[in-house]
Amino acid sequence: MSNAANSGRALPRAGCALPRAPLPWALVTPALGWTLLFFVLPFLAMGLSSLTAHEGGGFTLANYSQFFTDPSYWRAMVNSLEVTAIVTVISVLLAYPFAWILAEQVPERWQRLALMLAVLPFWTSYVVRSYSWLLVLAQNGVINRALTSLGLVAEPLQLANTRFATVTGFVHFFVMLLTLTIFANLKQLSPSYRKAAADLGAGPVRTFLHVVLPLTLPGIMVGAFLTFVLCIGDYITPQILGGNNELLMPQLVMMQIGRRGDFPLASALSIILMAVVTVAYLACARWLKIERA
Amino acid sequence: MSSNLTSILKAHLRAATAAVALLLSSGAQAADLNALIWCDHADPALLQPFEEANGVKVNVKEFEGTGAGLAIVDQSQPGDWDVMVIDSIDIPRGVEKGLFEPLPEDKLPLADLFAQVKMDGSTVVDGKRYGITEKFGYNTIGYNKTKVDPADMQSMAALTGDKYKGKIAIYDYYLPVIGMAALAIGKKTAELTEADLPAIKAELLKMKANAKLVGEVTASQTALATGEVDILVGGGEWVTAGLAKENPALDFSIPKEGAVLWSQSLAMFKDSKNKDMALKFIQYIMSPEGQARLATSSCYWGMPANSKAALTDEQKKILRFDEQPSFLARAQSYPAPNADLDKKMQDVWTEMLQAQ
Repeated sequence: MSNAANSGRALPRAGCALPRAPLPWALVTPALGWTLLFFVLPFLAMGLSSLTAHEGGGFTLANYSQFFTDPSYWRAMVNSLEVTAIVTVISVLLAYPFAWILAEQVPERWQRLALMLAVLPFWTSYVVRSYSWLLVLAQNGVINRALTSLGLVAEPLQLANTRFATVTGFVHFFVMLLTLTIFANLKQLSPSYRKAAADLGAGPVRTFLHVVLPLTLPGIMVGAFLTFVLCIGDYITPQILGGNNELLMPQLVMMQIGRRGDFPLASALSIILMAVVTVAYLACARWLKIERA
Repeated sequence: MSSNLTSILKAHLRAATAAVALLLSSGAQAADLNALIWCDHADPALLQPFEEANGVKVNVKEFEGTGAGLAIVDQSQPGDWDVMVIDSIDIPRGVEKGLFEPLPEDKLPLADLFAQVKMDGSTVVDGKRYGITEKFGYNTIGYNKTKVDPADMQSMAALTGDKYKGKIAIYDYYLPVIGMAALAIGKKTAELTEADLPAIKAELLKMKANAKLVGEVTASQTALATGEVDILVGGGEWVTAGLAKENPALDFSIPKEGAVLWSQSLAMFKDSKNKDMALKFIQYIMSPEGQARLATSSCYWGMPANSKAALTDEQKKILRFDEQPSFLARAQSYPAPNADLDKKMQDVWTEMLQAQ
């Protein structure tokens, strides 16, 4: 018999009507209010704005049709998706071994220091970091000077103001973010899984491929999704490092606001961007589970 | 129904934004002067003498682009702002929205302004003056004279030829650079129409093919200063003068095709609660001392609109003050398209940016 039964307290049964407890609602109200005030209402305002004509007001779908009919507009979406995909893949490939070394190879007592060093780039301003990369990648920057002085290239390479520079700036940031999520995932993994695999005759590679990797997939997917969302909506990095040699969606959105103040078109482009993020979420939602078996 | 909901949402958002803006405005007080500005007005060397002389705190908020500035006003409560810095050509936009107060011409040094930069076509609406030009300059060719042949910089053909391919940056603002492209193909900036856009686009694409980057103010300035590029299309004294001490090799030319004249103005808000102080601020900025400080602001240099600005000989030399009459004679007005043409020009610019 259960303790509850022993104590004589009635246990709630499925289907029984319980008196409504105000406490859960009281606890969740601030979060709901916050979401309503700072997400739902602004989103509604943006949605309505996107259906309004810039000149003269009134309902219109022209802001959306501009995106789908003007090649230079949807090219911005293609550019954004390409850059985001490249950044996400490279960041995962770099972050996983880094996180694995931190979690598995670095002694426990040094892990905290190693983690702190790993997140050190977060301590500086995002803008300053981007401009620093610009100087590193510039024609007279560290990399080109090293390459030319070693005789590896005759002329400085064009590294700054390119997609390569944008990707580099992004990867520098997101590798750290992904390392943290994957590290947390690896640390939570019980050693029993690996011992069991070894008992059953699996070698290290097989254990990794069939046990560790599948079990850390949720951490990878959470980190990759965060990378995708933050990267596809970022304006600063491509603006500073990309040299405007191609436009990404956030740059296209900002362009509508600067001089002309075309908020309806900017809103429509933002909603299209949000729709793409939603599709990405739905595509990987099955792996974005918080609970652990 | 939908428009009602929009109005309600907008009203609430405005109120919330205004409340947040006030909270963030470092304790604005009733006696403060609240100014919507470009970065050159944020220089303490410019503001401090006015604040000390009048016992007032000038709260500034920087913005880039008229659209962004007008959006801030739209999201604020009437009376939140006292003065605004704005592109001279955009003053009619503010007047049309009922934002600005006519300025008393008899209390401003209009007679001392360079005649060509008064911009009465924009700053005077229906016979009333709503703005006064405070600073001007040229969107033209900025370059490093140790890296390029200055003689080549006397023609815009250098921007599309092979000689400087990969050594060029383009300033990322469509109106002045479209103006330059128009000049390059022999069009007058004041007479541009939609029919001119295909030829302008072709010229822009040729420039883009030669360019290493298309950058906003800081990026293009950095590229020229660090040697990443040797030429900046759309550059001028606003890029080279401020860097003259560190890099005296930077210079600008007014090519034979001409240059685009930019100018910024000061306007006073109709709903300002501090109009006397706002006028004093405008008078200070337009005074010889204020003009010298504004012209040499740490953010960017530019020619003072007041010909009596108290600049030192060295500052005048850097700004090429004595050459202004000839520069102004060859400069053409900033393109001032209507809303429809403006959108089409921006679309041409977008196509240029996306071109590979």
